[in-house]
Amino acid sequence: MRNKVYSSFDEAVADIPDGAVIMVPGFGPGMPKNLLAALHRQGAKALTIIANAPGTTADQGAIPLLVADGRVRKLISSFTASAHPSRPSAFSELYEAGKIDAELVPQGTLAERIRAGGAGIPAFYTPVAVGTELAQGKEHRVFNGRTYLLEHALTADYALLRAWKADTFGNLVYVGSARNYNPIMAMAARFCIAEVEEPIVEPGGLDPNQVHTSGIFVRRLVRIPPPPEGIWDEPYNMPT
Amino acid sequence: MADMASLLEKPRLDRDTLAMRAALEMPDGAVVNLGIGIPTLVSQYVPEGRQLLYHSESGVLGYGPMADPGQEDMDLINAGGQFLKWVPGMAFFHSADAFAMMRGGHVDISVLGALQVSEKGDLANWMLPERGIGNIGGAMDLAAGAKRIIVTMEHVDKKGHPKVVRECSYPLTVRGRVSLVVTDIAVLAMTPQGLLLKEVAPGWTADEVQALTEPRLLVAPDLHEITL
Repeated sequence: MRNKVYSSFDEAVADIPDGAVIMVPGFGPGMPKNLLAALHRQGAKALTIIANAPGTTADQGAIPLLVADGRVRKLISSFTASAHPSRPSAFSELYEAGKIDAELVPQGTLAERIRAGGAGIPAFYTPVAVGTELAQGKEHRVFNGRTYLLEHALTADYALLRAWKADTFGNLVYVGSARNYNPIMAMAARFCIAEVEEPIVEPGGLDPNQVHTSGIFVRRLVRIPPPPEGIWDEPYNMPT
Repeated sequence: MADMASLLEKPRLDRDTLAMRAALEMPDGAVVNLGIGIPTLVSQYVPEGRQLLYHSESGVLGYGPMADPGQEDMDLINAGGQFLKWVPGMAFFHSADAFAMMRGGHVDISVLGALQVSEKGDLANWMLPERGIGNIGGAMDLAAGAKRIIVTMEHVDKKGHPKVVRECSYPLTVRGRVSLVVTDIAVLAMTPQGLLLKEVAPGWTADEVQALTEPRLLVAPDLHEITL
């Protein structure tokens, strides 16, 4: 079997090309901040980023830095604006100037589009957003007297993940609410790279009953070093 | 007709009392999702003897109180970004399951704040038009998914404009799904005939509530003061 364990984040993201579509989990916790920082150092551009909460400041991970550097072509997200209109983000300025494309998606619709993408379902009907401005231009259909709209699945070239525990096969375990988008993005992307908080164990070191993401979805693993070399989450406030 | 300026000065329920009234709507055993702001306060005032199961779209069911200062765990938050305490019986799940619980009708009540509610039960609560492309989060999923939608909000905005309106002027979150509105001066129920004024804050009359409300209200035959 090919070795999946890499010793550095830079090495693990080195071959991500320009134009890649990249999924990034995180809703507060669960964001792969070390891999994002490596991606920022690596230089890939014209990226499409799919992330529930990409953040607007550098302490929320490196997506705002990639955006500010003009390296993101499109952002697909449920939080795009800054938390306070008085503090405009790099994203909102580029968006106003027509220099970045964006798609705003209700959070649950975003999750289901990703889940569907990983499960081989090309599209599905949902009641969410019917009758709102986000429904404009979408196919509508009535089932059992209620109106639904058609949403298309999302897939990606890469997903960057953040796990609590892993074994060398790539089986992953998440902790608390850091799970969020990690398991579904792991399935919807063709190539997944995970940063791991605990030491990566040999097969047998994880309870197979407790594995959240099967190793078949994971191609590379990097252990997060202790701070300050590794980036660890601090308590902070979510966008509102 | 009451004088508008003096009505806007008249004492109303504070946020905690408003949350107490909304908490009376929670039946024992209900699965409940609480939005940010006044809805979050509801959990503090659930009548004794009733146990609720709290759902958060951050992927947590059965959470309890907020973490004590200094005891925060960065891996355990609710959807408002508040740190939660680890309590027995909690369950974690990924985001697609968190929203399947909502959309699939497994959450009994969603308590939400609002910018505006229309007399048809439409809700606008996710964006001010001047905010550009905006932040939507889970607002639409909650409003379209939960079995019952209760709105808690101030009756008028900061400029004194009614938030209960004929048609929402802000971007809509959902159409026709609000069933109860609890404000700092009134309790309004959505009925097929229109908005029914059921309760008023102490010292308020139906006419005074009407004066701060855009659509014509129906008045319940047993209209009474809010009691807790």
